[in-house]
Parts: sequence; structure tokens; C-alpha cells
Amino acid sequence: MSKYRILALILISFGLLAGYFCWSSEVDEDSRFYRPFKLGLDLKGGSHLIYEADTSVVDSEEISDAMISLREVLERRINVFGVAEPLVQTERVGVGAEASHRLVIELPGVTDIDEALKMINQTPLLEFKIEDPDKRDEFLDFFEELNVKMEAGEWQEAEALADSRGFTEEEMYLATDLTGRYLKRADLSFANQALSGPSVTLEFDSEGAEIFANLTQDHIDETIGIFLDGELISAPVVRDEIRDGKAEITGQFTVEEARELVRNLNLGALPVPIELISIQTIGATLGETVLEQGIKAALIGFILVIIFMIFYYRLPGLVASISLLIYVALVLSFFKLIPVTLTAAGIAGFILSIGIAIDGNVLIFSRIKEEMKAGKKISEAVADGFSRAWPSIRDSNLSSIISAIILFWFGTSLIKGFALTFGLGIIISMFSAVVVSRTILLAISPKHKKPVSVFLFGSGFSR
Amino acid sequence: MAIFVWGLNLGIDFKGGSILEIEYINKRPEVEIISQDLETLSLGTFNLQPTGELGYLIRTRDLSEVEKENLDNLLTLEGQFEFVEKRYTSIGPAIGQELARRGVIAILLVVALIILFIAFVFRHVSRPVSSWRYGLVAIIALVHDIIIPIGLFSFLGYWRGAEIDALFLTALLAILGLSVNDTIVIFDRIRENLRNRISPHFTETVGISLEETISRTINTSLTTLFVLLSLLFFGGETTKDFALVLSLGMVIGTYSSIFLAAPLLVLFEGRASRRS
Repeated sequence: MSKYRILALILISFGLLAGYFCWSSEVDEDSRFYRPFKLGLDLKGGSHLIYEADTSVVDSEEISDAMISLREVLERRINVFGVAEPLVQTERVGVGAEASHRLVIELPGVTDIDEALKMINQTPLLEFKIEDPDKRDEFLDFFEELNVKMEAGEWQEAEALADSRGFTEEEMYLATDLTGRYLKRADLSFANQALSGPSVTLEFDSEGAEIFANLTQDHIDETIGIFLDGELISAPVVRDEIRDGKAEITGQFTVEEARELVRNLNLGALPVPIELISIQTIGATLGETVLEQGIKAALIGFILVIIFMIFYYRLPGLVASISLLIYVALVLSFFKLIPVTLTAAGIAGFILSIGIAIDGNVLIFSRIKEEMKAGKKISEAVADGFSRAWPSIRDSNLSSIISAIILFWFGTSLIKGFALTFGLGIIISMFSAVVVSRTILLAISPKHKKPVSVFLFGSGFSR
Repeated sequence: MAIFVWGLNLGIDFKGGSILEIEYINKRPEVEIISQDLETLSLGTFNLQPTGELGYLIRTRDLSEVEKENLDNLLTLEGQFEFVEKRYTSIGPAIGQELARRGVIAILLVVALIILFIAFVFRHVSRPVSSWRYGLVAIIALVHDIIIPIGLFSFLGYWRGAEIDALFLTALLAILGLSVNDTIVIFDRIRENLRNRISPHFTETVGISLEETISRTINTSLTTLFVLLSLLFFGGETTKDFALVLSLGMVIGTYSSIFLAAPLLVLFEGRASRRS
């Protein structure tokens, strides 16, 4: 039996170590183990946003690239504002052509939703469009008419005509392939300051340069509309094919405006337009309350279970309680090390898995009781009890793990948290019930049958 | 049955919509005043509910950013009343439908996998009841376990406005996993006793197995229930409903494992042997 005693001591001290690790890494900021639990949004407060990307403007092969750069752009954008540990993730829902491509953004600690939205929306969408030949003719005709009227001095009619203009300048343009995706960088330039004020120079990457070259080659003497967030900001005339991928936007900027535009463009132009489809914010105080309550519930549940176990199962119950404590320490250490983000549902999952951890122990103990009734020696009863209970434990816990796995696949991040803590808890509980409880029990079970031992190891009420 | 009578009160997780929970700092304006003002925003049907002493819960359809800003402004009643936003959720209807779809698929998947799993694990005990029957019986018990909480919530939804949200679905899936737990333990005992040929009669074997396992089953359920009840009473608002569903499911699961699953097995065996 002594090998079990040693093993038991090892396990117990390991458990204590794990417990200490949890404690010091949570509470003591100076300890070099400082590693507090990662708290989910619903415990810490923060915002959770889901954007849908309009991928109809991009070829299907390019979609994943576009999504990747969309993610990078928004991440850069958010980092400028110094949000701690933001999460920007792409997500694809559905398959094939009908798939929606989404962007999930989590901003812990950002509870002012207007602020969050501004951060994200500020990224400008840059587009280069060419003239629509039909519309252009219409426009030219219209312009001529207007001119005629103005020269003839018919101001009122000219005004009426101008007002009745059927289309806006923006509509005159057709979209092209050239968008902010291909922008390598933007710069502020004072080269022509005397003439036209500060300007913004754009440099495209090699792909963009090629597209730009083609565009300019095909549309010499036409204007190319430069659109920022759907608004036409400049429409320079193409004089020549531009092969070096550089363009300049001049005209209406003050220095401040130019500077801001350059900064926005550099921090990233959105490759695809996005639309907000879901938003969730949790205030920090609400989060704290939930956390406190969750912890309180866990503690109370835990204590109740221990009381019951000791009361009903006596000595094995005490053993179970010890192994339960070790279990909790182990699980919490795992949560820290992996790390697992705790949400309110996650805490619920953990609490639930405490119940399941007990389940394993209960199975074993009732087996032991049976074996003892059958007249076996205590140590034999214990050993046999464990081996015969194992198939039940294995199979029943496996079924719970199956549902945890499916939950993980199915769920939003909130549900994933539950599935993770639940599943992890079950796996570790199998270990704690079988290995830990068994070792400790075997370590302390006496070799001979004495009435005291029988009482201590028995369970239930005397019959 | 309850479902058909009252329908399911789907929360915004599935239907789309928005919920805004705020708490005024010093004083809370009257319901009527806010109600009237809300009408001017043309947000469609809305629901204004006071919470606690200083708070309000406002439900509407999903809001655009501009609409949300307008709502915020309006709630200050022209700057007279300051409030703190406790939480805000706005979900477009497309996402909601998708979540519902995934939820149903998840439940079906779990059910299917469990049937397979049980049939596999109990493959060696094909006489006198085929292992598929075990799986089937387990599933019947499971379906029963799920239907009752759903029915209850349908009733609560009508009467108290309890909502079916993503968390509820999670609870359902957790119940599936847990209740199978119980059922498997009983089946396992039956399997063992069959192997050991405790009795030539299947019915008797089942009966003995039940007797042997009953104390264990009750104890496990009891301990898990302790834990769940503490979550129910001491846990936060967000998990209250969740804990309720789970507790209920747990109790029903245990009951179904004992009084439904085992007798069904016997029933099936009876029919099988009569056929042969």
C-alpha cells in the first residue's frame, strides 16, 4: 500500500500547488506568475459587433484575400485607439456562392457604442471610377443647353434647368476594379501649394498600378472620378497613360483636411464595403455584478456538494471532497494556462461540471459499497469498485462530451465558452474521479476488516 | 402540447430586434412621458419596461446606428436626465434566423450521434434486445426530456414574457448530454447483468438493474441539482433562466431514465420475443 500513499501525497501536493498557482496568479500582481483569468465581454464589459462584407464587388477567388486585408485594416484602425486585446475575426457562414462573409469585432472595455462605431466607420472607402459614356453624352448635351441659356441671359430658365438636372455628378461614373485595396500608401504633398494648395499623392501596389495603367490608357482625355466613401472628391482629366501607379489628388483641401485624409488612407482603405448587422454592448458594472454572482453561486454549490458527500458517504465522501478540491484547482489552472475566456455561460458550464465530477465519484462509491456487501476486503472492494465502475463513467461522460463538442461547433462565442468549460471540466473530472480518488482511497484503506473501517467506508444509512 | 397552445416566445437572438437597458442616475422619468416620446421616433412597436428603481428596459426592432443615437438623445429628455447604458443589443433578422437554423441542426446532430454512440457501445448485448433498440429508447427518453422544458417555457413565455434565447438552446443541448448520462448508467448495469446471466428473464434483469442503480442515480442527480440550484438562486440574472431549464431538465432526465427508458426496453423485448 505504501506506493499508493506516496502517489497520493504526490497528487495532493500537486493539487495544492495548482491551487496556489491559481491564487497567486489571480490576486498578487507582483508575483511573476501574474496571469489573471481572461474574462469574456459579458463579464468585463465591452462591445461585440458583427459586420457583413458585401463581397459581390469582388471576384470569388479574391474574396478570401479581400477578407484578410479587411481584417488587417480594421485591426490597425482599432489599434490606433489603444483598445486592450481587441478581437477582429473573419467568419464565413454558409457555403459556395451564397456564403456570407462576416467580420466579428470584439472590443473589451469599450462600452460607449458610438465611440466604437466611429472608430470603425472612419475608415474611408476609396474608389476610382470611369465615366459612363452614355451618361457623359447626356451630360454634355445638358451642359450645352445650360450654356446656351446662360449666354442668352435667361437666368431663371437656366436655374430651373440646373435644378431639374436628373442625375448627380456621382451617377455619371461607372465603378472599376480599382479601389483602396490596391493602395500602397498615401502621402501629403506641398509640391503645388502655390497653385492649388496641399495635395494627396497616392501610390498603388504593383497590381493596382497595372489596373491604373490600363484605365488611364483606355480613357485618355476623359476624367477619372475619385470617390471617397461614395462622394466624388476629385475628377482629374487623364492626359496620358500612367504607368508608375502614382496619382495625385489636388484641389479642395485645407492642410488639415489633406493631412486627415492621408492618415485615414494610410491606416487602411476598406477593400470591401461593410454593413453592421449585429451589435451588443455590456456595461462594465453589469459585467462585474454577473461575475460576482457567478463566483458566489459556484462557491455555494461547491460547499453544498461537499457537505452532502461527507454526510452520505462518510470517509469516501471526504476523499471525494479532497479530490474535488484538487479537481477545481486543476480545472482553474487549465483555464489560466490555455487560456480560456470566461463568460457568464462559461462559469455556468464550470459549475455544471462540478456536478459531473461528483457523478463519477458517486458511481465508484456505490460500487464499492456493493463489493463490500458482497463480503470482500476493503482494499479489494475499493479496487474492484473502481474497475467495475469505469465503463459506466467512461460511456456516460463521453456522451456529455459529444454534446459539448456539438455546442462548441454550433455556438456564438458566448456558447462556445460554455461548451469549452463544460467539456474540459468533464474530461478533467474523469481524471480526478478515477485517478485521484482511487489513489487516495487505496492509500488509506486498511488491510483488515474492522467494524470502524466498515462504518467509515460504508455509505448510506445503516440497514 | 403547450407549444401549440402558446407558441414559442422567441427572443431577439432568434428573431432579431434590439434591447436597450439603461439606468438613470438620479431620477427616473415617468413611463408615460418616455412612451409618448418614443412614439415620435417611429420605431414601430416597442416595449418599455421599468426595472428596479431607476432603470428601463426598452425593446424594439433592430436599430440602425443613427436610430440608436436618436434614441439615446431622446432618453435624456433634452438633457434633463442623465443615464448610464447598462447593455445594448441589436441583432439583424438574418442572423437570428441563422442561429435558429443552426440550433435545430445541432439538436438533431446530438440526437443522431447519441443513437449511434449507444448502439455502438452496447453492441455486445444484442440479445434479447438489439442494440439499436437501446439507442432508440434512449432517444425517446431524451426527446421527452427536451419537450417538457420547451413546453414549460412556452407557457412561461406567454405568461411572464420569458424568452427563448441562445442560452436556452445551450441549456437544451446540455440537458441532452446529461440525461443520456443517467440513461447510460442504467443501461450499463443492465448490460453487465445480462452478461452475467443473473436471471433468465429479461424483465427481471432489468428490474434488478434498476434497483441496484437507483440510489446512485438519485444521488448523482441530487448533487448536480445542488449545484444547479445554487446557480439558480445565487447566480446572476443572465443565467437564471438557464439554470432553471437545466434544473428542470435534470430532474425530468432522471425521472425519464428510470421510469421511461427501462420500461420501454422491457416493452420492446416483449414484442421482439413474441415475434420470434
